Amino acid sequence: MFSAEAKKKIPEILKRYPIKASAMLPLLNLAQEEEGWVSEEHMCEIAKLLDLTPPKVYEVATFYTMLNLKPIGKFHLQVCKSLMCALVGSDTLIQWVDQELGITPGETTEDGMFTLSAVECLASCGTGPMMQMNDDYFERLTLERFRTVIADLRSTGECELATGPFRWPDPEVTT
Amino acid sequence: MAAFKKVLLKNMDKRGYTGLLKEYEKAGGYQAIRTVLGKMKPDDLIDVVKRSGLRGRGGAGFPTGVKWGFIPKDHPGPKYLCCNADESEPGTFKDRQLMERDPHQMIEGIILASYAVGAKTSYIYIRGEFILGAKILNRALAEAYKAGYLGTNILGSGTDLDVYVHRGAGAYICGEETALLESLEGKRGKPRSKPPFPAIFGLYGKPTVINNVETLANIPHIVNRGPEWFMSIGSPPKSPGTRVFSLSGHISRPGNYEVPMGITMREMLEDYGGGMRDGKKLKAIIPGGASAAFLTPEHLDVKLDFEGIAEAGSMLGSGAITFMNEDTCMVWAAERLLEFFHHESCGKCTPCREGSMWLLQIMHRMEAGQGRHEDLDLLLRLCGNIAGQTVCAFGDAEVAPITSTLKHFRHEYEAHIQEGCCPFRGKPSELVGTGTSHQH
Ligand SMILES: Cc1cc2nc3c(=O)[nH]c(=O)nc-3n(C[C@H](O)[C@H](O)[C@H](O)COP(=O)(O)O)c2cc1C
Ligand code: FES
Repeated sequence: MFSAEAKKKIPEILKRYPIKASAMLPLLNLAQEEEGWVSEEHMCEIAKLLDLTPPKVYEVATFYTMLNLKPIGKFHLQVCKSLMCALVGSDTLIQWVDQELGITPGETTEDGMFTLSAVECLASCGTGPMMQMNDDYFERLTLERFRTVIADLRSTGECELATGPFRWPDPEVTT
Repeated sequence: MAAFKKVLLKNMDKRGYTGLLKEYEKAGGYQAIRTVLGKMKPDDLIDVVKRSGLRGRGGAGFPTGVKWGFIPKDHPGPKYLCCNADESEPGTFKDRQLMERDPHQMIEGIILASYAVGAKTSYIYIRGEFILGAKILNRALAEAYKAGYLGTNILGSGTDLDVYVHRGAGAYICGEETALLESLEGKRGKPRSKPPFPAIFGLYGKPTVINNVETLANIPHIVNRGPEWFMSIGSPPKSPGTRVFSLSGHISRPGNYEVPMGITMREMLEDYGGGMRDGKKLKAIIPGGASAAFLTPEHLDVKLDFEGIAEAGSMLGSGAITFMNEDTCMVWAAERLLEFFHHESCGKCTPCREGSMWLLQIMHRMEAGQGRHEDLDLLLRLCGNIAGQTVCAFGDAEVAPITSTLKHFRHEYEAHIQEGCCPFRGKPSELVGTGTSHQH
């Protein structure tokens, strides 16, 4: 179910479009922001909001790879495995995840902290190997930088190695 | 070349430039809408863009002014403009930089384009993973509304425009313009068969223009400096202007570089990409994103413009160039791209849906050393039954890695079959990455 806070955002979302169904992805994304995945309840609620049947919402939700239809770990590591990243070591990065966390693509650590997915191009092909972790991008990963990310996530839940507004090459970054 | 000055990446080259409204204005931003809105006829703006020779930067290279001209003038509306910020073509990462570092440049382009075609609502369809990008755009839009550059009666000109950010949720195909429209309408992102084209039957069945981020970012500059200026840079008359190329692969300095179109591939690699890394030799080049056919070192002297790359047998596409070194197995590279295409096929057209699966199975066994000689012909036959047989250009894209590696590197396929294994012991995947070697 949408939280009270999320509900407040819904009227503004619906206002952007001349037809209700257009709010489909914004609402699915909003649902996922709440707990990291989209539940059946969420989909039924969205169907009601958009005057659609629940299967129609499900049909759309299953098309888009970012939408998790099952609960996942607190930190979702998504390593890009497409060619440009593979040329610079994304398969090695996937091995590091296994080494450090004991999970392969599709798996979640037993403590429910980390889920690993191998995904297709995330538009950081010049700064691989890379991964997205929840909302953030982590690029130009080395074993050391990767370990820092994991340690920081474990201790504080965030990591300052996350990429800010993107620019590469960036004369202001020298490492 | 020494005289060349960047256009699109110029602002962000300034130290400390963050892309906030006041910085963009200080750099001359939002002058173009002052020149145009309520002062120039929409048709005259379309004419300026036509005369500039600007062609779309999203992939197909269609002349922008001509596309705008297809919007029926007598249509009562509403009409729509969609900015394609899906940036989903593997190898491409330029729109991300244009949006996150100088969002107002693109927004000003959206205002001008909307004015030209008579759109009062515009959607920026941004790939779902660009969460930071969406935040930055929303902040920039809020600034623009507050300054009176968006909303009703913009700058007292009588022009109205609302712009909204619409996030996708992970699907390569939504970068294809009609799939984008379907997705925006709340459906699965499956391309529509054309005609009718979006200019006639687009979003909600209304006349719609879809333009790429970089295409739109060029518009304010064309207005400010004139179509003749634009026509004078790059590779006129067919490929004028600059291009932001995204370089990736085994080179010393991957990244985004804005250059005049028409420089050679060699200049791109040596002068901008810093040459091949670790003293290795160049083996193959993908010049326009994953959908473009592979080229070889023989093509280093081709010009980086629409015609030059087309003549070499590939396409300039999204402006993403990937360089691969001598250690890279071409069968493995094509297999990896096929994994992408198989994963991303939307499933609408049978040749693409079934064909991508079939191709991938053959590529898997080929790379594993279990390929058969007959497989080479089978691959080509399959490719011939996919290309041109689908509703959108995805079908052509998915066969390009296979047909082009078979053309230029057939001996590598044969070696896999003869040796019963992949002859490249050190797979490139064991090399690590831009993180370790990229130093300034
Ligand atoms: C499979 C496929 C994927 C595409 N992905 C993108 C994309 O991510 N971004 C983009 O701007 N254009 C993409 N395009 C091209 C668009 O269909 C369309 O031509 C473009 O957005 C038009 O804008 P332009 O004329 O400014 O280039 C794609 C095309 C195909 C066939
Ligand atoms: S190939 Fe990995 S981000 Fe593009």
